Amino acid sequence: MQQHDDTSSTTPQDAYERERLDNVHPADWRNPQPAGRYSLVVVGAGTAGLVAAHAAAALGAKVALIERNLLGGDCLNVGCVPSKALIRTSRVYAEMRRAEQYGAQTPDDVHVDFPAAMKHMRGIRARISRADSVRRLVAAGVDVFFGQARFTGTDTLTVDGTRLRFKKALIATGARPDTPSIPGLVEAGYLTNENVFDLTALPRRLLVVGGGPLGCELAQAFCRFGAQTIIAQRWPLFLPQEERDAAQLLSDAFARDGIEVRLNTDVVRVRVEAGQTLVDLVSDDYQSTVAVDAILVGTGRLPNVEGLDLGAAGVDCDAATGVRVNDFLQTSNPLIYAAGDACLEHKFTHTADASARIVVRNALFLGRQRLSALTIPWCTYTDPEIAHVGLYVRQARERGIPVKTFTIPMHDVDRAIADGEETGFVKIHIKERTDRILGATIVASHAGEMINEITLAMVAGIGLGTLASVIHAYPTQADAIKKAADAYNRTRLTPTIRWLLRRWLKG
Amino acid sequence: MTVTGQPPMTEQTLDQLQRAAFSYFLLAVNPANGLIADTTRDNSPASIGVVGFALSAYPIAVERGWMTRADAVERSLATLRFFRDSDQSGSPEATGYKGFYYHFLDMHTGARVWRSELSTIDTALLIAGALTAGRYFAEKTPEETELRALVETLYLRVDWRWSQGGVATIRQGWKPESGFLNYGWDGYNESIVLYVLALGSPTHSIAGDSFEAWTATYQWENLYGYEFLYAGPLFIHQFSHAWIDFRGIQDRFMREKGCDYFENSRRATEVHREYARRNPHGFRGYDENCWGLTACDGPSHQLPDLAGAGSERRRFFGYSARGVPYGPDDGSLGGWAALASLPFAPDIALRAAHSMLQRYPEMLSADRYVSSVNPTLSSAAGGAWVSAGHFGLDQGIVVMMIENHRTQLIWRLMRDCPYVGAGLRRAGFRGGWL
Repeated sequence: MQQHDDTSSTTPQDAYERERLDNVHPADWRNPQPAGRYSLVVVGAGTAGLVAAHAAAALGAKVALIERNLLGGDCLNVGCVPSKALIRTSRVYAEMRRAEQYGAQTPDDVHVDFPAAMKHMRGIRARISRADSVRRLVAAGVDVFFGQARFTGTDTLTVDGTRLRFKKALIATGARPDTPSIPGLVEAGYLTNENVFDLTALPRRLLVVGGGPLGCELAQAFCRFGAQTIIAQRWPLFLPQEERDAAQLLSDAFARDGIEVRLNTDVVRVRVEAGQTLVDLVSDDYQSTVAVDAILVGTGRLPNVEGLDLGAAGVDCDAATGVRVNDFLQTSNPLIYAAGDACLEHKFTHTADASARIVVRNALFLGRQRLSALTIPWCTYTDPEIAHVGLYVRQARERGIPVKTFTIPMHDVDRAIADGEETGFVKIHIKERTDRILGATIVASHAGEMINEITLAMVAGIGLGTLASVIHAYPTQADAIKKAADAYNRTRLTPTIRWLLRRWLKG
Repeated sequence: MTVTGQPPMTEQTLDQLQRAAFSYFLLAVNPANGLIADTTRDNSPASIGVVGFALSAYPIAVERGWMTRADAVERSLATLRFFRDSDQSGSPEATGYKGFYYHFLDMHTGARVWRSELSTIDTALLIAGALTAGRYFAEKTPEETELRALVETLYLRVDWRWSQGGVATIRQGWKPESGFLNYGWDGYNESIVLYVLALGSPTHSIAGDSFEAWTATYQWENLYGYEFLYAGPLFIHQFSHAWIDFRGIQDRFMREKGCDYFENSRRATEVHREYARRNPHGFRGYDENCWGLTACDGPSHQLPDLAGAGSERRRFFGYSARGVPYGPDDGSLGGWAALASLPFAPDIALRAAHSMLQRYPEMLSADRYVSSVNPTLSSAAGGAWVSAGHFGLDQGIVVMMIENHRTQLIWRLMRDCPYVGAGLRRAGFRGGWL
């Protein structure tokens, strides 16, 4: 059983790791002497902090950036980057096993080399860490401080005793895994995104607790690496915020992969007996116990707002929802802003990035840009991927907006058929009697790539009817979007117009 | 719309099928308490939903001369008396609670079995059947008078409001061991009849906005060129329609869309046909005259390894709600599902029913539809895989939908039921026969 924060499970310190750490927290780093008064002090060097620091410095601001651990934050070190690398390797194994489906030979013995997969992940992580390196920040003119920040007043803070003064500050301290209070879990040990990428051996039997994005992605990846995987989710469907069909298709895909799906199931207790980790599960009145070698917890995230002495700066916050901000991302102290997971409901790298850019404009350049004006897509990188942007149908209906959905199953898309990737759909929601796109959900092998077209259309105010006149390269899976647009245009052929067309063509 | 290539089923065949389906209720009944077995398989318990279909089928049998009125009244009385007198304590071995009943009951004692849930939808089907009987047996004889009083008692004691569990929509069920199930009736499904009965109750009705809360999760989709209120499995588009004539009446949602639920079910039937024509998984048999993914049995025990060249590895399921276009789809078809769409799309339904029986005569045993066949999987005899025995729900929906197609008998009876009218009006339905 892997232990949370257990030093025995640390990543092998290979050349990749040395490169990454040299980029994101060099061992011989010395904090600079603080400048007189910074235009912007950024607390936290995850995605939001790095984006804000680089953007502000590029515009000529004097910027300090404070990080207590690693530059790049969760995304680079323990989030998007390592998980996507592992997911890619796991897809390769899945494709090897079903090679016959593509008219190829399935290898006789598909042997999974888990340490190699992890090493490959570390190589990718090290390479991408170059973009987040401390040297790039220094070259951009940013003063980088490693250490714990504490506010000491409305316009001052300290980093390990060194005092920094600021005109404006940004809190971008991110979030951490929220662990459910399951009796016995802590004693038995568990994995989260913070230590799962340190594993050196594949757990033979894995229980994933929580059917959110992280739990779903890693459950599938580890199953494809060969772990006997159970996923237990409290709600009757995975990804409870998503479209029902999307969640249903994901359940089916999991079952096809061999994941044991336990929906509507609570994990009530973890016990260690005779060296075995036993987990008690309850679904309505049905109780069962499973023996596992590792437990991965993906049940939500909590903002990092402790230890900052936010009260000293007059910044309101809540342990569950984070730093309280207005639509301009300003906190209760008008000099201090927040961005990213520390304050946002949608805890994604790209929302952290977008919110940081808003802060730079609003804090330094008297901007009045609103968070609520953003159109934010997201994607869960399972196979198939599930991507969404804009409103869900139920949200539109709750707001009294009449909504119609144009649905194209991927089995109607030539390229998806050719690729053997027919599971999924494109659903585009429009306001009735207009072609205004309200939102979309895409389930497809590369839904994350496809959703960008819909996001572009929404941001640019391009209606679904216009998308029909956009030539899509054939054959591509994104052709599904054009098919939806064509279906929309066909609905505009009212009986009167059809009659007129017939008359014209006869004439 | 006309369909080429296949002649439709004849009236005579339809009559045979309807009568054979009805005879299920004579075979699978415990005459002492009126309970009807869920299936003909060994040790099958009673299903309260199937009892609801049986209560609705007896009037049809009387009209068609398959049963005397006296026998039908006696059978109905036995059923209704049993439920009136049943253990309503809600204990794990009771029959019901708060006027609802456990989904599966012991055929003889009527006690809960299989740790089943107190089922809101199946109670609604049972009560709908009781109300149908109450409308049909309208004579002033002591037996029929008692029958009507029993129906009133059973309906009026159902505590629909309780079944919301304190939230806006009705829960799917409740268990004495763990309380309300985590699932609500969200998104369009077969539960309109449940909402209508719950809204029409003079004693324990749910709040008027409950129906709106439920319909807030509806999705109106354009799929394969048809615009409709989307739900995958065909039975969802059929079950409430067995009792309620939705032709020409509209709630707020359907007014907004310029449609009604009857027309919606016709479009859903067309969508199923379109799906079978596409047959994305390459199952044997599927085409424009062989379709109908619905809740039915399947060959789950025939495990995974049926991989054809270039095809994906097949997975088979047991009893589950198969749906269009996202499945589950394992090549299993309920042949009866086409006939259950008969009132909505008679032309294509009759042709499909005829064609499927021509191709897969094993779909019938004792002239009655089996739950499903799977042509992709061959039986030892070389025909399609065939689900064993018969299932009561399938027989019930076939009897009722053929009757609604032929004479609209059930619809006419229920149009005159004041509770149904009140429930529909409270749900916001207007127009047409209302």
